[in-house]
Amino acid sequence: MTEFNDLFIKYKDLITIAVYGTAIMLILIGLYAVLLKKHLVKIVIGLSIIDAGVHLLFVAVGYIQNGTAPIFSPGNEHAAGRMVDPVPQALVLTAIVIGFAVTALALSLVIRLYKHHHTANIDQIKSLKW
Amino acid sequence: MKKYIIFILIAIVGWSLATTFKAIPFGADRRGDLNNPDKVAAYYLKESPETLQTANSITAIVVNFRGFDTLGEVTVLFLAATGLASILYRKEDDEEEKEASKKDVERVRLPSSSLVRTGAKILFPLILLLGIYVFVHGHLTPGGGFQGGAIIATGFLLMLITYKHFETNHNVMVWLESLAGLAFVAVGLYGLFVYGSFLQNTHSVGTLNDLISGGLIPLIYIFIGIKVGTELTNILDILLKIKKS
Repeated sequence: MTEFNDLFIKYKDLITIAVYGTAIMLILIGLYAVLLKKHLVKIVIGLSIIDAGVHLLFVAVGYIQNGTAPIFSPGNEHAAGRMVDPVPQALVLTAIVIGFAVTALALSLVIRLYKHHHTANIDQIKSLKW
Repeated sequence: MKKYIIFILIAIVGWSLATTFKAIPFGADRRGDLNNPDKVAAYYLKESPETLQTANSITAIVVNFRGFDTLGEVTVLFLAATGLASILYRKEDDEEEKEASKKDVERVRLPSSSLVRTGAKILFPLILLLGIYVFVHGHLTPGGGFQGGAIIATGFLLMLITYKHFETNHNVMVWLESLAGLAFVAVGLYGLFVYGSFLQNTHSVGTLNDLISGGLIPLIYIFIGIKVGTELTNILDILLKIKKS
């Protein structure tokens, strides 16, 4: 464990950039897919990728150095000092479920649009033009 | 041209996110004082094992401290399932059309091999058991109602894509879902009328790490598990039954 601590302190900047960078890159990739892709299913996939990035960002903010899961299992009843922040994890639990619901609803709308227009390309669906 | 504007927009979003998170050091302790909680994280970490005797403090937050929020979350899931069903619903007037539409449904493109069919039959009860285990132990181990419900739905998905004639009983599913949702609200209202606060803990909390501990938390998570499991199964069933047309 001490070895891990030393490594964490030594490469702290690198780890910070890697974790936050991954999360922010996921958000940006999802945003790119939502804004530039033409296929409706790809847009829905983009929304899911944004979701994943936001969840990662939340959990990363709640992490503390050398932290464990906030579960008081037998033998860990008094280990609250080492536990990570439970609030972002509870919020992410909610967000995953809501994300699933949004994806399912969006996909059903895509199916409906495809059946009506016989294409899933937004450029060819004239009623969606603005 | 539009493409460049969008790239500039994405760059602005990325830059603003990066500058914001630069100010938040990764891995720093932001929970506050654990013994005399001044922040919400420290309060939850202190109260979850002491007052509620709940081992999994995330469950304590989701079901007890923020239980009303979870009721809203379950409602959102219910609305999504209802919306999906109403968007994809197709009225079938007479019996003939119903029979014809059953033939059209191409849920299983190719017949599964006997290996898959036998394996699915063996795995199905075990997956259900795992799902039930996960939501019954939601207050002790990582997991809970939503996760257990999702596991149960994967078991039904396995059966639905393996067997051509496997049907979930729609009525039973809808009744189970509605009753589980009503039971959650009823537990909340019981606390409101008897103890004066919605979702008030009305049971003794027991001792830490017992199967029956944490007061109402296991009960509510069992209701949520049943509700989420049946709801997700219904969504999968509807999505798999779409006609090719």
